Amino acid sequence: MIRFRTLGVVVAAAAAMALTLSGCGSDNGNGNAGGDQTSTAAASGGGGGGGGDSIVDKAKSSGKLTIGVKFDQPGLGLKKPDGSFAGFDIDVARYIAKELGVEESGITFKETPSAQRETALGNHEVDMIVATYSITDKRKEAVTFAGPYFIAHQDLLVKKDSDITSPDKLANKLLCSVTGSTSAQKVKDKYPDVQLKEYGGYSDCVNALKSGAIDAVTTDDVILAGYAAQYPGEFKLVGEPFSDENYGVGLWKGDTKAQSAVNAAIEKMQSDGSWKKFLDDNVGPSGYEIPDPPEITEK
Amino acid sequence: MNFDFLSDPRYHVWAAFWMTIQLTFYSAVGSLIWGTVLAAMRVGPVPLMRAFATGYVNVFRNTPLTVLIVSTSVVLADTLNFHLASRSSHTYLADDAFRLAVLGFVVYTSTFVCESLRSGINTVPTGQAEAARAIGLTFLQNMRLIVLPQAFRAVIAPLASVLIALTKNTTVAASIGVGEAALLMSEMVENEGNALMSVFLVFALGFVVLTLPVGLILGTVAKRLAVKR
Repeated sequence: MIRFRTLGVVVAAAAAMALTLSGCGSDNGNGNAGGDQTSTAAASGGGGGGGGDSIVDKAKSSGKLTIGVKFDQPGLGLKKPDGSFAGFDIDVARYIAKELGVEESGITFKETPSAQRETALGNHEVDMIVATYSITDKRKEAVTFAGPYFIAHQDLLVKKDSDITSPDKLANKLLCSVTGSTSAQKVKDKYPDVQLKEYGGYSDCVNALKSGAIDAVTTDDVILAGYAAQYPGEFKLVGEPFSDENYGVGLWKGDTKAQSAVNAAIEKMQSDGSWKKFLDDNVGPSGYEIPDPPEITEK
Repeated sequence: MNFDFLSDPRYHVWAAFWMTIQLTFYSAVGSLIWGTVLAAMRVGPVPLMRAFATGYVNVFRNTPLTVLIVSTSVVLADTLNFHLASRSSHTYLADDAFRLAVLGFVVYTSTFVCESLRSGINTVPTGQAEAARAIGLTFLQNMRLIVLPQAFRAVIAPLASVLIALTKNTTVAASIGVGEAALLMSEMVENEGNALMSVFLVFALGFVVLTLPVGLILGTVAKRLAVKR
């Protein structure tokens, strides 16, 4: 008898939990999308999943887009404490969305950390990704890229009075980068006599640099410039880049319609001066020298 | 499913899992020792020690592990300049990160060992401890000769769960740069955008291979050694 009663309690608890969970889910959906209409639009986009879909049509019919960005990179993609977003990637995303007929109020920004980018595009959780997303051959098998809209170079961020003036002077120095990132792997391959600390985020590296626990932070120059701009006068970029990273806009695999529309938007952004303005606004204060805009290669 | 990446010479899968095993081993030994000391304090006769152990367990058991591990590196090492390796060593950063991670895991896991052990101590009939005291054994002798041997035999199965949890928890060490399985996994995720599912599968399988035998073996041991009452 007692056993049956216990079982009943367990079943009831499980049912209650399931209810709460599903309740949470729908709440989140509405909260993120900012209205009922979007969540249905997003659901139909996600549910469809077929090859023929294009976010261009979706943007036109619903006036809404969900864009994957980074939330934790000053100067590129940063969610501020008040909930607003700022950065070069954010400005680029807004510009492209506008070219696709979506106003700022119709954009939902969603955080896409590096490990989730392919999956988020694959199951149509987001419509596009503008998040320091380097174009690589392996990624091209999983997603379609537009761009590149920017070419970054791996560089070093050091204290203003540091004696590191080029990557050749790194012997016995302590470097820091993000766990598993391309930059971290490149340092391990190219400079085996350098000691590398790997943290979960660049902010931890920058704090360690500030306290003197490490000698330099390494990753793409434009990301470093974002940090240098955040702490004016404390850090400088070494300025001897040792790699090229082509930042592209990640799109659903096979969405060639979106690819050409986004490429057109990028070209327009470069020619009408917005591209340079976005860079000036976001990473200009660090003294980062703004390069020429890159050629579109993903067609 | 695409498993081409496994033959890529850049990836040292065995080395990464070996690091996971080492992390688990040192953390487990440390946690067992410190957890036993904590348990003895919690049941001991000195009020100050009891209060300390209770406070310690409640603070660290309820702190998220990521916060603990990241703070060993960010707060202890980077800010307070507390290091566990010599700066002149060629593997200074790697050793420092490894040892700090072990420290963090011991601080955290020992609370679970302590609580398991305390429940084991409760299975020893009070009369035995009283009898031990009556024949003149000190508190430590009482613990060492009468209570703990029986308590340990009662909690082998729960301790196996703690060990399995610890094995999987070691993945958090990637966030301070210890080159274990999770760090290799994030490298693969970064490079193998076309084979994410296979990457996750390989690492999930790796952990099952590590933890399943632990559960099975310790489960059998627990049955054999259980105190028959």
